[in-house]
Amino acid sequence: MQCQECGKRPATLHFTKIVNGEKTELHICESCARERGELIPGASGGFSIHNLLSGLLDFDPSSAAGAKQPALRCEMCGMTYSQFSKMGRFGCSHCYKHFADRLDPLLKRVHGNTVHVGKVPKRAGGRVKTKREIEKLKKEMQSLIAREDFESAAQLRDRIRELEKEIGA
Amino acid sequence: MAKREFAEKALSPWMSKEGPDKDVVLSSRIRVARNLRSSPFPLLSTPAQSKDVMEQLLSVAESGRLNGLGELPTYRLEELTELEKLVLVEKHLISPALAGESRNGALILARNEDVSIMINEEDHLRIQCLYPGFQIREAWEYASKIDDIFEESVDYAFDEKYGYLTSCPTNVGTGIRASVMMHLPALVLTGQINRILSAVTQVGLAVRGLYGEGSEATGNLFQVSNQITLGQSETEIIDNLYSVARQIIGHEKAARERLLSTDSRPRIEDRIRRSYGILSYAGIMDSKEAAQRLSDVRLGVHLGLLPEANPEVLNELLVSTQPGFLQQTFGEALTPEQRDMKRAQMIRSRLATGA
Repeated sequence: MQCQECGKRPATLHFTKIVNGEKTELHICESCARERGELIPGASGGFSIHNLLSGLLDFDPSSAAGAKQPALRCEMCGMTYSQFSKMGRFGCSHCYKHFADRLDPLLKRVHGNTVHVGKVPKRAGGRVKTKREIEKLKKEMQSLIAREDFESAAQLRDRIRELEKEIGA
Repeated sequence: MAKREFAEKALSPWMSKEGPDKDVVLSSRIRVARNLRSSPFPLLSTPAQSKDVMEQLLSVAESGRLNGLGELPTYRLEELTELEKLVLVEKHLISPALAGESRNGALILARNEDVSIMINEEDHLRIQCLYPGFQIREAWEYASKIDDIFEESVDYAFDEKYGYLTSCPTNVGTGIRASVMMHLPALVLTGQINRILSAVTQVGLAVRGLYGEGSEATGNLFQVSNQITLGQSETEIIDNLYSVARQIIGHEKAARERLLSTDSRPRIEDRIRRSYGILSYAGIMDSKEAAQRLSDVRLGVHLGLLPEANPEVLNELLVSTQPGFLQQTFGEALTPEQRDMKRAQMIRSRLATGA
């Protein structure tokens, strides 16, 4: 059978539509189907990064065991964890906090990591910057101690205490 | 209706500029994803919320705070026709998602099209910077500067542990996607491409064909980009991509040299000249054949075999032979058959005038 649309290629897709008992048939080739935007099951557009992710997200041992638990839900936007796992996308920035318990294994699988080490916004990130400064000073202090330069190490220790006070740690 | 500026030319002005390694790398791109703290992500925001986000972000451009970057006209997606949106997608200035699904979507687009800022796509804000040739570091520096300007006016969703929060967990952390678009015909011809592509995916990078997937990529155009956004700094992500892309460039150049120095040279030359001949005279050209033959001609130009062909015209044809652009050039809705004829006509006339 030839494609009804172009009449050139063989028809490989056969659609039967029944609307109010009225039956129409369409026999077309794949490239004409694409042009018309007819739905080809399993073809282009059917698979996205979000589908792939939801595969990863669905891997949840507690739900697999069939244990009935109250749905985990973001208190801000109302998205449930199971909605998130179907869509592969968060509803709002607070979802990260509310789903935190389940998030680390997922992020580990996607990124191999769970903690951001890159750029920090100038205004919102003051605390993070201080924290990183403390981490850096602690490392320096350790190496000073290893070199038995206790005087400089003590100075760093005081500086670290000051910074920790600043951010209330 | 008068054509909007972005619809007039297929070739974005920035593409005409010189860039390092332009014989292999067509362009370098950075995309930065950001969200505002105050509103749900576009997926769940109400029309009123997304409108508010749009107004807040557009006002950064409209109030002149981005003026240091040159002129940046703004467009609300609802003001654009379907054809104009398609043209923007074909020029890679917006994503199909922004064109198709966004609510209160908007675009801030630099006059020379090297900066395109999408509003209310998957995330509230997506800043994209494009540079000709292999300049991925420069692209990041520019994007980061624009990011800083927005941050002066709006509060970003940022978490101490997770970094910049994004709608999709694959973007969280730095929120950046760095990519280079490469033309790798010699690696495809010599059959080395699959080995290289699989090696690339093992170091945390993704490769996809610009048109089509894997080694089937028509036109031999591949986009290499980072996959990891969390746990590596922006500099690490970009350095990693840079060094891998640098190696691929080296392999491609070596493969091109070998093509010319072996017994297969006459066949390669023949293939390139045939493609040039067919493009110059054919009457019907489908998009797949056009992509393949333009790739051959591009290779011929860089091997010094076709001094008469202008590489800039080839870049332009990549975009101007796409369905939306053809339709807009010829001013009418085209059937697929008509489109293949118009495509052939477009290529013939551009190769003949050449400038």
